[in-house]
Amino acid sequence: MKTRLAGLALGALLAVPAVAQELVIPDLSYRTGPYAANGIPFSDGYQDYFTLLNERDGGIGGVKVRIVECETGYNTEKGVECYEATKGEGALVYQPLSTGITYQLIPKATADGIPIHSMGYGRTSAANGEVFPWVFNYPGTYWDSASIMVKHAMEVSGGSLEGKTIALLYHNSAYGKEPIRTLEELSKKHGFTLTQLPIDAPGQEQKSQWLQIRRERPDFVFFWGWGVMNQVAVQEAVNVRYPMDHFIGVWWSGAENDVTPAGAGADGYKSTNFTGVGKDFPIFADLQKYVVDTGKAAGDGSYLGQVQYNRGMYAALLAAEAIKTAQEIHGTKEITPAQMRDGMEALELSEADYAALGLPNFAPELKVSCQNHSGPGKALIQQWDATAGKWTAITDYIESDREVIDPLIAEDSEAYAKENGITPGCM
Amino acid sequence: MLYREAGEFKTSYAEDNATFPLKLDRWAYRLLLVVAVLVVPFLINDYWVNAVFLPFLIYAIAALGLNILVGYCGQVSLGTGGFMAVGAYAAYKLMTAFPEINIAFHIVAAGAITAGVGVLFGLPSLRIKGFYLAVATLAAQFFLVWLFNRVPWFYNYSASGQISAPERTLFGVAITGPETHAWATYLFCLAFTLASAWIARNLTRGAQGRRWMAIRDMDIAAEIIGVNPLTAKLSAFAVSSFFIGVAGALFFAVYLGAVEVGEAFGINKSFLILFMVIIGGLGSIFGSFAGAAFMVLLPVLLKNVLAGGLGWPTDVVAHLELMIVGALIVVFLIAEPHGLAQLWRVTKEKLRLWPFPH
Repeated sequence: MKTRLAGLALGALLAVPAVAQELVIPDLSYRTGPYAANGIPFSDGYQDYFTLLNERDGGIGGVKVRIVECETGYNTEKGVECYEATKGEGALVYQPLSTGITYQLIPKATADGIPIHSMGYGRTSAANGEVFPWVFNYPGTYWDSASIMVKHAMEVSGGSLEGKTIALLYHNSAYGKEPIRTLEELSKKHGFTLTQLPIDAPGQEQKSQWLQIRRERPDFVFFWGWGVMNQVAVQEAVNVRYPMDHFIGVWWSGAENDVTPAGAGADGYKSTNFTGVGKDFPIFADLQKYVVDTGKAAGDGSYLGQVQYNRGMYAALLAAEAIKTAQEIHGTKEITPAQMRDGMEALELSEADYAALGLPNFAPELKVSCQNHSGPGKALIQQWDATAGKWTAITDYIESDREVIDPLIAEDSEAYAKENGITPGCM
Repeated sequence: MLYREAGEFKTSYAEDNATFPLKLDRWAYRLLLVVAVLVVPFLINDYWVNAVFLPFLIYAIAALGLNILVGYCGQVSLGTGGFMAVGAYAAYKLMTAFPEINIAFHIVAAGAITAGVGVLFGLPSLRIKGFYLAVATLAAQFFLVWLFNRVPWFYNYSASGQISAPERTLFGVAITGPETHAWATYLFCLAFTLASAWIARNLTRGAQGRRWMAIRDMDIAAEIIGVNPLTAKLSAFAVSSFFIGVAGALFFAVYLGAVEVGEAFGINKSFLILFMVIIGGLGSIFGSFAGAAFMVLLPVLLKNVLAGGLGWPTDVVAHLELMIVGALIVVFLIAEPHGLAQLWRVTKEKLRLWPFPH
């Protein structure tokens, strides 16, 4: 008995360094429930990129990445359970892919010292890194997207939105309510009228909202949907014969799965996006060779090149590059969550870097700093081509209206700092 | 042989009416309390408290509350999620409006406010019964969720419409907010759960409980023997909503820390708690705990065994979880329609006679 115990103790001692020889990345995914249509490709992309690094490069800086997947079903209670279950394994960064769960985790992760990367979702004012040192939302925020959508609408209507109406059709939750503040400011600035049309989760029932759209005929419909709600909205827009090129979704409402059920009618639907689309990047050859063909893909490999897959892959790329940066800053291969945070805050990606990673012209150049956790805040507008069955970028990367957004971020983050007794400052 | 009443002589009415008439039961109960209060706090970590203990304790309070209404008074309610939301938002408004007052009082006050709202929505129960009442309470569910989403005053005009609990302490120990320790939140919720169970047990076996049960069994007969349906039904709504409000306040402030009304307190929550009550056993205090444990712990257990232990893909596990829990509910209801509490009662009866059942 004694020898066995001693053996166990020895084993435990030996096991500790062996366990530390890896980088743990939790993936809070949702492959079930009403949001699975968007959750599956994103999670596949996120995991496949790390698998590619493990298989092709032997990990990041020679240390393998271990992914811990946990199913949240887009539910905050399960999200909290997943967070608690995975944080003990040495999780480096959380990518919850849910604004609700992000709100939940911001105070918890800040207290535990683990960074959150809410990529293009979550709390917009987390862009102010002096108040939210552990939360990052680069490469852009909801407010950036709202402003870019307004800019595009302005361009479409010949340079002015004076006297026009824009209807905001949104998921009645923290996620959908986020852009309202900015759109209200922008409506004052550009003189358009904003109508708000909330849709209760999960969003299968939106007849009355579309009836109102049919009656009032707003010049543009901006759309903040997710999951099954996207498919229903696109179908309803087709049903009421709303001009699809005036129906613009946020970057979470513009993927293949969202538009294909509506068939040819969905042609012309637009959305913002902060990454390139399609499979025409050198990296996909590697993904096919090292991940899909070897049977190591997280899913069945059918989503490669789709919008949400590419975005999940981009999220993983940003995490991997932040790990590399952290490894350089701290001169160690096995980084801690605190070092990861430093890496994320010092993250810088130029076009040459993207090209070297096999993704030329894939995403805007990125530079994160303590004052700016939201990155460049640029996005392009993509349009659905139903006959070809693919998204095409119709604009270049558009910059958001910093003049409106920056004061709003300052105001909201200051309010948060005051409420929670945080003294703003860099770490 | 071991579990028996032979040799236990009761010399007073109080002893005869004790909750645990058998010595063995009494000791088991005391042992459980000692373990819960003195042992568990030293052993739990963040995972155990946030994934297992807090949801169990809080749902147990909610199930106790609903059991009083449905199990003891026979008034079917589908408004539990809405009433929990009232408790949560009341706690939030109180916490932010009166930061100097102790959090424990806020939780109790939130319960009291919910009791008031519950009475208001209980008024239709004087005219309508059964399924029709269920539909009326369903209206309460949807109305309350809509209200908290619609009126910005309830969420202090925050841009996201979320409410988040600021840090509050009790005797210098953080109870809400991110800097809490597992043992502190656990003990805080345990105290509320034990107090709720004690109050519920003593209410239901006294005159008030008998009035409720008389209404449940046959309201016309109850009226003839002198039970006032107005006070009986409304008091059941008040007491039930009080517990549900306390549960909602704890759910928001201590367990989740930030909630969004539609997601956290939607119709699913009402069904979940109704399932707990039905599976646990209508009209039973133990049943409320058993039902809460079944609905909270089983999914976590399945997930840990299948995804953590066997390493199956998480989506397969999530689907299997739904199928297994669903199948078990059906099996339980067919095998024992009176719930886990009845199963427990039958086991005890058999144990008393064991090993000579004849």
